[in-house]
Amino acid sequence: MKVRVDVMLKTGVLDPQGEAVRHALGSLGFEGVEGVRQGKVIELDVAQDTDEATIREMCEKLLANTVIESYAIHMG
Amino acid sequence: MKAAVIVFPGSNCDRDMAVAFERAGADVTMVWHKDTQLPDQIDIVGVPGGFSFGDYLRCGAIAAKSPISASLKAHAERGGYVLGVCNGFQVLAETGLLPGALMRNANLKFICKPVDLKVETSASDFTSGYAAGDVISVPVAHHDGNYSLDDDTLAMLRGEDRIAFSYVDNPNGSTADIAGVLSDNRRVLGMMPHPERAVDETHGGTGGVAMFRSLTDSLVSA
Repeated sequence: MKVRVDVMLKTGVLDPQGEAVRHALGSLGFEGVEGVRQGKVIELDVAQDTDEATIREMCEKLLANTVIESYAIHMG
Repeated sequence: MKAAVIVFPGSNCDRDMAVAFERAGADVTMVWHKDTQLPDQIDIVGVPGGFSFGDYLRCGAIAAKSPISASLKAHAERGGYVLGVCNGFQVLAETGLLPGALMRNANLKFICKPVDLKVETSASDFTSGYAAGDVISVPVAHHDGNYSLDDDTLAMLRGEDRIAFSYVDNPNGSTADIAGVLSDNRRVLGMMPHPERAVDETHGGTGGVAMFRSLTDSLVSA
């Protein structure tokens, strides 16, 4: 079973990489891009009976640093 | 004083840290990250700089889950001393032994240069060889040194006098110019600049000598 975890910086945490991307889009002529946030997508291939609580534990223990990041789990 | 320096795959300041401890008079044992136990009667554990596990996932995140890290955490929780420098600071933040997180530098660049640090407190065995307000020169070499923490945690650190060093000229965007922080029992120090690279005049300065010396003095008499 495929599970996707999206990890993003929490709202309010300054994202310097997202800001750099926003500036680059502006310099390419794309107007009106008011914000860019950059995160990561982690795809897991897990046993069929893996429950969401286990994935949540993976996120809390390793996949996300919950001091600065939030995560969203998408079960296959 | 007995010191252990942990070596992760990708550590590259482990020997520098060992030399800095040895010159201050410590017995040093190198400890591989797959070991599950620190050697007996270790006073202080050094968590060195480098790029443990290639900085994969997040800097320090995988090292913080290495087999030795449970023993490191137990050592700190028993009141043992820990010095985490650069990647070592990132590892300590990831283990939760120190608050906050280290994010990508605000200017997105890898920064490698000497910086001036202001000693914010002399009330720790790491900083008792300095006077509060002293300015020392110590090199930084990092891409992810932007120390990030929320307002409540910042207020707590300030209230408990736990900011050890701050940047005179903030190179990386760190909150409140913070370069190094102490744990609540003042025995765990994490800092991005490299004091172990500042212990020899011929290698660019001696701003870090007083730290290793005061540690040795305190821990010998302990």
